[in-house]
Amino acid sequence: MKSPSQSPAKIALVVKKHGATRAALIPALQELNRSGGLTRPVMSGVAAALGLPEAEVYGTATFYAFLGAGKKARCVIRLCRTLSCELAGRDAAAKALERELGIKFGQADKKGIFALEWTSCLGMCDQGPALIANGKIYSKLSPAKVPGIIAECRKALARAGEKI
Amino acid sequence: MTDGNKFTFMALKDGEGLAAALKAGRTGIISELRQAGLRGRGGAGFPTATKWNLAAAAAGAAKCVVCNADEGEPGTFKDREILSRRPELIIEGMTIAAYASGASLGVLYLRGEYAYMRPALEAAIESRRNRGLLGFNISGVKGFDFDVSIMLGSGAYVCGEETALLESIEGRRGEPRNRPPFPVSSGLACMPTVVNNVETLALACAVLAKGAAWFKSAGTEKSPGPKLFSVSGDVKRPGVYEFPFGVTINELLKAAGGTGAKAVIVGGASGYCAPAAEFGRSLCYEDIPTGGSFMVLGKKRSIPEAAENLLEFFAEESCGQCVPCRLGCAKLLEGLRAVRAGAPAGKLEQLISLGESMQVSAKCGLGQSAPNVFLSMARHFRREFDRRKN
Repeated sequence: MKSPSQSPAKIALVVKKHGATRAALIPALQELNRSGGLTRPVMSGVAAALGLPEAEVYGTATFYAFLGAGKKARCVIRLCRTLSCELAGRDAAAKALERELGIKFGQADKKGIFALEWTSCLGMCDQGPALIANGKIYSKLSPAKVPGIIAECRKALARAGEKI
Repeated sequence: MTDGNKFTFMALKDGEGLAAALKAGRTGIISELRQAGLRGRGGAGFPTATKWNLAAAAAGAAKCVVCNADEGEPGTFKDREILSRRPELIIEGMTIAAYASGASLGVLYLRGEYAYMRPALEAAIESRRNRGLLGFNISGVKGFDFDVSIMLGSGAYVCGEETALLESIEGRRGEPRNRPPFPVSSGLACMPTVVNNVETLALACAVLAKGAAWFKSAGTEKSPGPKLFSVSGDVKRPGVYEFPFGVTINELLKAAGGTGAKAVIVGGASGYCAPAAEFGRSLCYEDIPTGGSFMVLGKKRSIPEAAENLLEFFAEESCGQCVPCRLGCAKLLEGLRAVRAGAPAGKLEQLISLGESMQVSAKCGLGQSAPNVFLSMARHFRREFDRRKN
């Protein structure tokens, strides 16, 4: 599915909204990343709108763990893998997520709805294990809580008008 | 300030600090902070008065105040508490810094993981604008113009390093700059820039509101005042605790219900691993310095396994700009895995030597401190690394 934000005119609008200067690059990439991901045409469009070499846009996008090149699943679930969450039972939560979604970490499902990724410390070390999904944090995870969290993510996508 | 659950940042009234600051005037603010001895709470401990004074004295038509709300150090979540419970206080601290340094532009760099706090922070900023506490002629002081915008990070630990953070605000890869020039003379877009941690800005409000004498009544000589600690890992009551600087590891363990621990990692992945024999040591600049992370490893935990987790973290988070860090972090991780799988004797020595080289050759604080915890673990828990297949 081609997201409407991928047309050059829409990309230019997003860039303009954030000020159309170099400092607009990351906020613009953040917004475009939420609506389908930073594909080659999207990054080319951003480069054109800001008058930057494409390599600068690609280099910046791929530097940041929450951005990165390519199409993105509609809901990327990022589980904290850092020490305090590991001590608090990270691995059991990871297995439950893989079971529930039928994919491994580093993969997206076939419909491009969910993806599973590891992430570094979320700052929820006192309430681990913790994950972040589309900006929302879920803490004190247990295998039993996982199906409910996935259901909540599906509902949030449906509310946002995503076809799932 | 001693039982751990009373927070200085919660006891302050909104506006108290700024009112006192405006009364004291620019030089009065800096002299109060100097007398208080307030040092940056992000970990490096730079004297706040010196930083503000350098920015004030720097030549520049426009100056900038940046709040570093990018706490990404593993095991750190103290700024989360201030940001979520007292968003106004941070903006107030930035406003005081702006007044003292002559800055008109403010940026709060919020880590991407904390995006959920953004609406409350935006509301705090808007509310202050509406009350004349941001914008032109703040609080009726003619010519005191300052406003704050929020920049959201996108998941990069290295952006907590102040010059990487500035690069990120400018729309670039978060690669640390060479210093000097320091941000106080050439920071965001070459403007003289004050970069302060969230807790530092909150405490600046406290110093102005309650005075230097009150602040210095707690803590140690070189580390005055209260400090927030983020306690996690094998304790009964994980969470944020406030103690005066100089508190011992034992005291913090007792407060959080973690007595009998095997080791504590103080200062996060870039900090120091203290074994039980050192639990009488103090957390302060004179002894074990820390930005506040306190991760507790219980009796049954494997030290090499914890070391591997933290080296995975650095291998992932190295920005890749300089060779000692880019390759060093990856090689340390690879080597530790080999040691854990039973590599021949001598491998651990090689890794220790590599770690020590990184400490002196990496470009920024990330690479210089990446081997710290591993090195202290290898020193204090050598037998666990020597044991095959642990």
